[in-house]
Amino acid sequence: MTAVAGDAARRTDTRIRPRAKAAARGLRATALTLLTLAIGVGVWELVAWWYGPALAASPAETVRAGIELAKDGTLGAAVLASTGRILLGWGLGVVVGAPVGILMGRVTAIRRLLDPYIEFFRFIPPIAFVTLAIVWFGIGETSKIVLIFYTSVFIVTINTIAGVLAIDESKLRAAASLGANRRQVLHAIVLPATVPHIVTGARLAMGNSFLTIVSAEIVAADTGIGALIWQSRNYGRVDWIFLGIIVLGLLGFTCDRLIRIVAARLLRRYGVKV
Amino acid sequence: MVSNLDVVRTDGVAQTGGPGITLRDVGIGFAGYQAVGGIDLYIEDGEFLCLIGPSGCGKSTLLMALAGFVAPNQGSVRLGGGEVTGPDPDCGVVFQSTEALFDWLTVRQNVAFGPRMRGVPRARQREIVDEYLGLVGLRHAADRYPGQLSGGMRQRVQIARVLANQPRVVLMDEPFGALDAQTREVMQRELDRIWRTHRSTVVFVTHDIDEAILLADRVAVMTAGPAARIKASYRVDLPRPRQESSAGYVELRRRLRADIGEEVRASLRAQGADVDGAAA
Repeated sequence: MTAVAGDAARRTDTRIRPRAKAAARGLRATALTLLTLAIGVGVWELVAWWYGPALAASPAETVRAGIELAKDGTLGAAVLASTGRILLGWGLGVVVGAPVGILMGRVTAIRRLLDPYIEFFRFIPPIAFVTLAIVWFGIGETSKIVLIFYTSVFIVTINTIAGVLAIDESKLRAAASLGANRRQVLHAIVLPATVPHIVTGARLAMGNSFLTIVSAEIVAADTGIGALIWQSRNYGRVDWIFLGIIVLGLLGFTCDRLIRIVAARLLRRYGVKV
Repeated sequence: MVSNLDVVRTDGVAQTGGPGITLRDVGIGFAGYQAVGGIDLYIEDGEFLCLIGPSGCGKSTLLMALAGFVAPNQGSVRLGGGEVTGPDPDCGVVFQSTEALFDWLTVRQNVAFGPRMRGVPRARQREIVDEYLGLVGLRHAADRYPGQLSGGMRQRVQIARVLANQPRVVLMDEPFGALDAQTREVMQRELDRIWRTHRSTVVFVTHDIDEAILLADRVAVMTAGPAARIKASYRVDLPRPRQESSAGYVELRRRLRADIGEEVRASLRAQGADVDGAAA
């Protein structure tokens, strides 16, 4: 009996040890993250103290500004407005960019036709189009959504093309010799095989959208994080600007995390690694 | 038993008409390089033909032309009555690379791919898949993804996927070339068993002499490229499953080694190697 009990104990022991080790590793990682955040806030505090409130807001002042603007509803409205514009523009960019990329990757004629334009426009930053967007699409939501769409669509397209061109020839040949016609190859092979590249494109496009939202809200926007940052200038509220920047960063981080979680959950079988 | 000793050397003369596969003066080249030049070959219905030759001789290229992936720039390839103009579900292909599997589909879905593309009803698809997964011994892995399988199992999936489509011809491009020696041997025996229960025309490309003798009704040796041709072709009249120790096996092996050795030396000589001096 004792031998058996000892055996069982030893077995549980070896089973527990790796788990304990993993827990310790997780704890260390969390500790490191907290440490670096603490150092960051410390440096920020120091810089704010050195330059004074006219040039920089301290962490405490930023938090106070956040509470102030949250209470009167400005912050919530700004976050909602910007998030809505980003999700709409970005979503359109992915929905348009992915199929265009797949067609460009598969049909040489389409690639030749569209390639010069993509190679031209992808170097022109959205801020260059801000005035035109307002003139063309009005001061309402459309002009902002169009600018976010513009900043998203090319990068999704380019990544999708790369994905299509990277498909192993034997996959396409196997599908064709199993009786798939061109259209079937497109949706049964090319689309699923390209999913990881589309996701990468979508993540990069999300980053671009956050870079663009502030320019999109430069003029003629009364809500939004970008608008908040621009308007704070008129009131000389450095703390609001700081708040806008911090919220923008946190929002971007959250969106990317969400894409990664959703992609990992739903698209794992397509080989999406995030 | 004595007849087993006879190793019949046959000429690769193309016959006209009839089913099977007819290659007539087939040449394949790209960008000024003629890989294959003027091949005449007739493959009977239900025959298992192994194409063997030194590496780079164009045997895979020839197979790709049979599959309709590559158009010959000379001569014609006829399958049954019609000329091969492109990929055709009548002509299934097993690739060397397991990249040919669809990684986002389960084993079951991979095998069902051909029937699904043809619009076969779901219930019937299930029956077909079960039958062919049973044939290759993979029923237990039906719901796994290719990435979760070993190399040998993945090639079984490829074979099942092609056979589930019930093609008239199965083309195999060094399907066991990337497997370890033990797995390869098991797979060769398995393929021999499957072929005996499920006879169809097979063209099998390999550079492994034992593999060719183990599997083939006829072994066609290709010359070294460029402009590779059929050097010789041997009928393998040995009872299946083949025994490596049998006299006929040993004799055929010796002949094939001599033929291929000659071609390998020729190709090395063409590359400027001093083969004969080194051999002497």
